[in-house]
Amino acid sequence: MQTANLLPLILVLAVAAYGLAFMRSRAVAAPLGGIRNLKALPFYYAARAALWCAIPALIVLAAWAGFEGKVIQGMVISSLPQNVWPESPGQASLVLSQISNVAAGKLNPEFVPEHIAGAAGLLENLRAQSGTFKTILVLLIAALGAAFAWTRVAPHINARESVERTLRRIFFVCAAVAVLTTVGIVFSVIFETVRFFGKVPITEFLFGTSWSPQTALRADQVGAEGAFGIIPLFTGTLLISAIALLVAVPIGLLSAIYLSEYASKRVRATVKPLLEMLAGVPTVVYGFFAALTVAPFIRDMAELVGLEASSQSALAAGLVMGIMIIPFVSSLSDDVINAVPQTLRDGSLALGATQSETMKNVIFPAALPGIIGGILLAASRAIGETMIVVMAAGLAANLTANPLDSVTTVTVQIATLLVGDQEFDSAKTLSAFALGMMLFIVTLLLNVVALKIVRKYREQYD
Amino acid sequence: MTDQRSQAELVRQSLKRRYRKERRFRLYGIVAIFIALASLFILFADIIGKGHTGFVKTTITLDVTLDSETMYLDDPTDKDQIAMADFVAPIIAALQDHFPNAEGRAAKRELGRLVGSYAASDIRDLLEANPDLLNTTQTMEFLAHDTVSVYVKHADDPSYSIRLSEQQQAWVDELLEKGVVDTSFNDVLFSRGDSREPGNAGILGAIVGSLFTMLVTLAISFPVGIAAAIYLEEFAPQNRLTDFIEVNINNLAAVPSIIFGLLGLAVFIGLFGMPRSVPVVGGLVLALMTLPTIIISSRAAIKSVPPSIREAAEGIGASKMQVVLHHVVPLAMPGMLTGSIIGMAQALGETAPLLLIGMVAFIVDVPDGFFSSATVLPVQIYLWASSSEQGFVELASAGIMVLLAFMISMNALAIWLRKRLERRW
Repeated sequence: MQTANLLPLILVLAVAAYGLAFMRSRAVAAPLGGIRNLKALPFYYAARAALWCAIPALIVLAAWAGFEGKVIQGMVISSLPQNVWPESPGQASLVLSQISNVAAGKLNPEFVPEHIAGAAGLLENLRAQSGTFKTILVLLIAALGAAFAWTRVAPHINARESVERTLRRIFFVCAAVAVLTTVGIVFSVIFETVRFFGKVPITEFLFGTSWSPQTALRADQVGAEGAFGIIPLFTGTLLISAIALLVAVPIGLLSAIYLSEYASKRVRATVKPLLEMLAGVPTVVYGFFAALTVAPFIRDMAELVGLEASSQSALAAGLVMGIMIIPFVSSLSDDVINAVPQTLRDGSLALGATQSETMKNVIFPAALPGIIGGILLAASRAIGETMIVVMAAGLAANLTANPLDSVTTVTVQIATLLVGDQEFDSAKTLSAFALGMMLFIVTLLLNVVALKIVRKYREQYD
Repeated sequence: MTDQRSQAELVRQSLKRRYRKERRFRLYGIVAIFIALASLFILFADIIGKGHTGFVKTTITLDVTLDSETMYLDDPTDKDQIAMADFVAPIIAALQDHFPNAEGRAAKRELGRLVGSYAASDIRDLLEANPDLLNTTQTMEFLAHDTVSVYVKHADDPSYSIRLSEQQQAWVDELLEKGVVDTSFNDVLFSRGDSREPGNAGILGAIVGSLFTMLVTLAISFPVGIAAAIYLEEFAPQNRLTDFIEVNINNLAAVPSIIFGLLGLAVFIGLFGMPRSVPVVGGLVLALMTLPTIIISSRAAIKSVPPSIREAAEGIGASKMQVVLHHVVPLAMPGMLTGSIIGMAQALGETAPLLLIGMVAFIVDVPDGFFSSATVLPVQIYLWASSSEQGFVELASAGIMVLLAFMISMNALAIWLRKRLERRW
């Protein structure tokens, strides 16, 4: 049976276990003189039965569903005759897709070699068997769990405690998902990165000044090796992020200052949500705007003054990205400006300083660490932003500081290298994971530093 | 004395300058806000300006004579005949009724290019469904060819190039006057999946794909996020592990979304062997991505429940878990819901991680389940925006308007919920 169909079945079983245990606890309590002679309310006996029924079954089901495909694939591959064993993972995936296409009826078995057709039969067989076993096993475990809970409905057993303990554990596991995600991210990039560095030396990756990952089909073609120097990507990313910050920091900061110090309550109440709307617009919309409106506009303007601009200029992507991160800068600065104690403000005003002087000479220096933290967060956002640059920046890795030129970024390269079909073992595909690792490390460092600064600053005034 | 007076004088003189500075500073703030709001306005105006024509389709209404001789078709129930028959001929004949002068192969070919390429299959479908309509005259509405559509909708727009011949332009002008060529609300947009031709492409497939993906995301991130928030806020002991979890959540909230795509590719597709481009994998990836948002806002909601409630419940003998589940969580629920809706709106607009797990495939069919190949609304917009066919740009902006409408209504719902249910203590 399909995993998707088993889920509601388990749910039904759990509900049934709940009902049965509920009735059983009342039946147990009746001769004693009512449920107040039980150690826990009937609800808890019933809930425990439902948990015992569902949780082990779900765990087994998840494990089975997670590894079913891989195990079956391995069995099918090893069933092939020795002389046709695939030599590389790439070949293996090719053979497997052929086999599964035959099994799914998309490919006529007569058109493929005999061993493939045989393997397709085996694949279908194994799938059916696995489905049957899975269904039986999961239902059996659910039934056993419920039965065990049923036997444990007794007046002297405190079911509430065990239910609460289980719930607490479930809550803890949910909180640990965040850690698991981080671990997953680290592992998913680290393995491929290590393999990548087996093919391309790390020094070439970090210090190489040319990037062209297109490995040729034949080994004797020109540029067959590909070049994997990350420097042009980093400069491109930095150029676009710098433009974005040049736009976002002054605008965001000044609007935050105006909103927190000058604006009336009504203006603040209307302008702030409008500014925050800028953060809510999906990045693909900004990408569309940058690629189809801003970039052509900049090219035309540049032509008007006699400059040559690429139709995928870094300036367009940077400007639009700057607009996108205005609200990050403004709302973070707003928070830190508001966190500066009122006494500092009052003191300065009482000495005769104007509001702007108070702002510039007292509040701004006091809020500076927090503002820098906010800017670092915005920078990490700009570095990791993907859609705007995928749509509006180019693919060619130019090592340039000219904002009218086309540059490419780390995120663009990750996206283009991994979209569509990939060969799993090539340096080209693996390089995307190495880039991902770089990106993860850089943004993580920025975030950690920024959060530390912000936290330290908060403690100062709390 | 003189010294003091001159100092007051000095202050008075500098006052003007200082007030000027003050005004200038204030002006900078206003200019900054103006620039920010103006870019928001320009962004929306640009998208509406580009996209409003996407909601309009161009149709040609013709009286088509389904003549068996012109179509080489005697029996519409015969599959072989249907396969061989010429369904374009009756359309050209119907157009020739309007332009009797258009004769010869070249003119016929040009006439035939006024209707979209699905017009022939419209006739075929009609005849297959109702074989007795053969040799009758039917009034049928066809989608116009994309070049005609561009000409009708964007004749004055220099950013579009008109790819109709002079002769065809004259024909279309005349047909427009007669009301044969007409524009109406583009229902195709909301009733079909993607297509290679702008006129036949719709966002229904992408909307349904987004719906499936969001259901998966919601089913995972909402319960897990709330449970995690409850644990961290109510049960977690003050120790290193808890600190570590908290740091992790804060950092995850700032990890670039494309990294989650790498995670999905390596773990869900690579390790667990899940299929590519399906809503389940997309939903899982987006769930992990939105989880920190939901956890952080849920924690804030739990924190805002006053301790007196907890103490009162504990005072009458409730266990810790009962305090939390019976009192704290129900009171914090509005805040949790608001945070979750905002997180879901974010997930709905997310594109980058879905590119990596293969949801960029060209998919014509409307997906019918969690395991069928699908794309989502923002990815569909990306695909259309990067297409070279000129009719897709207006579709992309129309798609953006639909996406924004969804997001704005979700956010409005969140605000309404907060206003309606939030309690001030």
